[in-house]
Amino acid sequence: MLSRIAESLFWIGRYLERADDTARILDVELQVLVEDPTIDEEHSCRQLLTVMGVEEYPSVVNRWTILDLLAHNPESPSSIAYVIDAARENARGARETLSTDMWAAINTMWRGLPSARAMRSADMFGWVRNRTAMIAGIADSTMTRDEGWQFFMLGRSIERVDMTARLLSTASLAAEAQLAWPTTLRACGAYEAFIRAYRGLEADRLAAEFLLLDRWFPRSVVSALVEAEKALATLEAGGQRTGGQRSGFSDEGLRLLGRARTELEYRPLAEIVYDLPTEMERLQRSCAAASEAVTTRYFSLAESRQWSEGALL
Amino acid sequence: MSETSLFDEYGPMVGFDEMFADPVGGPLVRDEYQTINGAFRKMGDDEIRVRADALATSYLDQGVTFGVAGEERPFPLDIVPRVIEAADWKHVDLGVQQRIKALEAFLADVYGPGELFADGVVPRETVVTSPHYHRVVAGLEPANGVRVHVSGVDLIRDADGNFRVLEDNVRVPSGVSYVMTNRRALSAALPEVFADHRIRPVQQYSRILLQALRAAAPAGVSDPTVVVLTPGVYNSAYFEHTLLARTMGVELVEARDLVCQGGRVLMRTTRGLEPVHVIYRRIDDEFLDPAQFRPDSVLGVPGLITAARAGNVTISNAIGNGVADDKLLYTYVPDLIRYYLSEEPILQNVDTWRLGEADQREEVLDRLDELVLKPVDGSGGKGIVIGPAATTAELDELRGKIHADPRAWIAQPVISLSTVPTLVEQGIRPRHVDLRPFAVNAGDEVYVLPGGLTRVALPEGELIVNSSRGGGSKDTWVLADPFVDPNPLDEAEVEEPEKPRKEKVRPGKARSGVTQSQSQGDQSLGEPLQEQTQTFPEYSEPDFSGSHLSGPNPSGEVE
Repeated sequence: MLSRIAESLFWIGRYLERADDTARILDVELQVLVEDPTIDEEHSCRQLLTVMGVEEYPSVVNRWTILDLLAHNPESPSSIAYVIDAARENARGARETLSTDMWAAINTMWRGLPSARAMRSADMFGWVRNRTAMIAGIADSTMTRDEGWQFFMLGRSIERVDMTARLLSTASLAAEAQLAWPTTLRACGAYEAFIRAYRGLEADRLAAEFLLLDRWFPRSVVSALVEAEKALATLEAGGQRTGGQRSGFSDEGLRLLGRARTELEYRPLAEIVYDLPTEMERLQRSCAAASEAVTTRYFSLAESRQWSEGALL
Repeated sequence: MSETSLFDEYGPMVGFDEMFADPVGGPLVRDEYQTINGAFRKMGDDEIRVRADALATSYLDQGVTFGVAGEERPFPLDIVPRVIEAADWKHVDLGVQQRIKALEAFLADVYGPGELFADGVVPRETVVTSPHYHRVVAGLEPANGVRVHVSGVDLIRDADGNFRVLEDNVRVPSGVSYVMTNRRALSAALPEVFADHRIRPVQQYSRILLQALRAAAPAGVSDPTVVVLTPGVYNSAYFEHTLLARTMGVELVEARDLVCQGGRVLMRTTRGLEPVHVIYRRIDDEFLDPAQFRPDSVLGVPGLITAARAGNVTISNAIGNGVADDKLLYTYVPDLIRYYLSEEPILQNVDTWRLGEADQREEVLDRLDELVLKPVDGSGGKGIVIGPAATTAELDELRGKIHADPRAWIAQPVISLSTVPTLVEQGIRPRHVDLRPFAVNAGDEVYVLPGGLTRVALPEGELIVNSSRGGGSKDTWVLADPFVDPNPLDEAEVEEPEKPRKEKVRPGKARSGVTQSQSQGDQSLGEPLQEQTQTFPEYSEPDFSGSHLSGPNPSGEVE
């Protein structure tokens, strides 16, 4: 498969997941702002911006600012509008490899964006969630499980780890707000699953544990890491003509993700939860490094342009 | 009687209308449109409009678009199909085949021995001064002798309904994707009308193209890798590039995906560099190779021409084909057909004056206000002066330009294109159309896709059917002849039958004996062809060999 196409699929996976997660996070954040009378709107919104990677925003921050920066503003790289556009742009470049259904679904979502932005925010977030779920479903039922699929899944899983990590830091930073953990669980669509798993014994520590380590819940960090590792391992195995690896992991991305996962799984939970924001930042850094490693190994061929080589022959 | 009012006030009628034979003495519907006429009248106004809307939406969601100045626009598809009778189509089919064979022979001659110059058929300057003449490919023999793998010959119907050639496109003709998508969309919109006709299919195009491209692979490659080379997502025909790559199941590459090393072309994949053998390029000659042509081209691959000259990669269509679809050369094509094939042209040109010739120039200068003047080098309508629409000042300026450089101009009468009923706001009205049939040359046979792209000018009276001028398209239905067995190549699923090895359509002259290029060509090309037949082990059903080999395309006429 062409490196350029592989890279596009990887980023389509990432962008779609990011759109979905951003919509979930915003939805919950706005609900909390409405429901919790004690909350400091300015502080809470600023925190959200920081976690979402929007650096130093100069003027006053309120719910309208975050809506603009994270949902509507096509110029803001963290916004849903931007991300959907980017996903579609990548899909356009990889159109011949996508199934027709998949392309049509992404294109329809992109075309629906202007009218979605005119909806009430909650409806818009619902729309984004529905659309991304639909695309994921179509991908699942129409894409062959070739390299392209693995790259798509890899992008999606890495993004999911990253976004869940951001979500967890938001929650732990806002620990004084009583609604933080139920809110976070709801953002992940994990509230009911959590209640059922722990029989209504709600506690911060348990919620963090659930979102970090639950092996059954597909949006937990560990589940997503396992998915990403699976995709990388398949790619690795597909690329290798000779037998399996004798020791260790030769793929840098696989090594990084595996280490991140085992660190979560084998360290005492208390140690992780003690300073969750720092831990989560480390996790995000691992994701970035893994993404970097995948780029170097599989995509970077697409980047370098060797001008002289052929011309001199 | 009729339930639809959309056909009321059909008109004004200018030129040949393909549906109504006699609009003055009452609407007399031509035979081939009877069924459509009945179906539309039965459907009624609202139903027609509803279906047309559904058609438009389905095109937007699928992203069937073309680009204008970097912006994607939908390409409107009209709800009323255009119908072409079997007999009319046969004429077009044979005419296009003949033209492509003549142009192939011409290109082989121009980049080979150049005998046509010696015989005085076309002046040498006419060819070598063309900006599309590329000396760098002189003497480069294509692997299976084919230079025009894909062509699109633009046809119009004159006031008497005769098909005439407006221009040839043998470089990178586009539009075939709309032929395929139009068919799929319209058969969904008008299933019952569709079922009442016997329409020849078009979806087999990709398969036939892939076969032709594989057949063009360099010698000794048993399982060639074919790629489609696109300038990228901002190209106006990008949609088409993706569709062709997808339906052929080959990679769609951009220049940055390719690299030349040691005279070979490789593509960058997740598994490292992999060899490429045939490049169906959708980039103009000048941008292909910055090492040979424009050094500022970022769309090209440095070293590509070197690889092609080394015989390690086939570039399709061949470089330098532009000399064959030049506006000035167009005027010589009937002569080329007589010279190379010893046949009379089946499809006529539009009457054209060459202003480089004194007597013709005199006549044209007298009638400037009633003719269309076209600069020879202009493309896409650039610099065209339409006499009846021009002011006296403009005509005087034109007169000056012609005196300064008469060879740079040709003149044609104002042609009234035929009309086909088209749904517009006011109702169903006559609109001007042209037709671009697509032909694929696999070496042993020129296959003309039954259908082709009908472009329609949507504004009333507009004669320029360009999509950037608010044009749309129509699904073009070529009716099957009920008394003739279907062409086996039309079948979407039928694999190529195993056929006895036979002579290819080789450029060569009919009048003199075997030319040098021919004898050389056949020697060097005998091997690869045999090789090719072996590369399709799956195409071994012998049952189909009879009908299409004995078809109206005896390829032996060159000898």
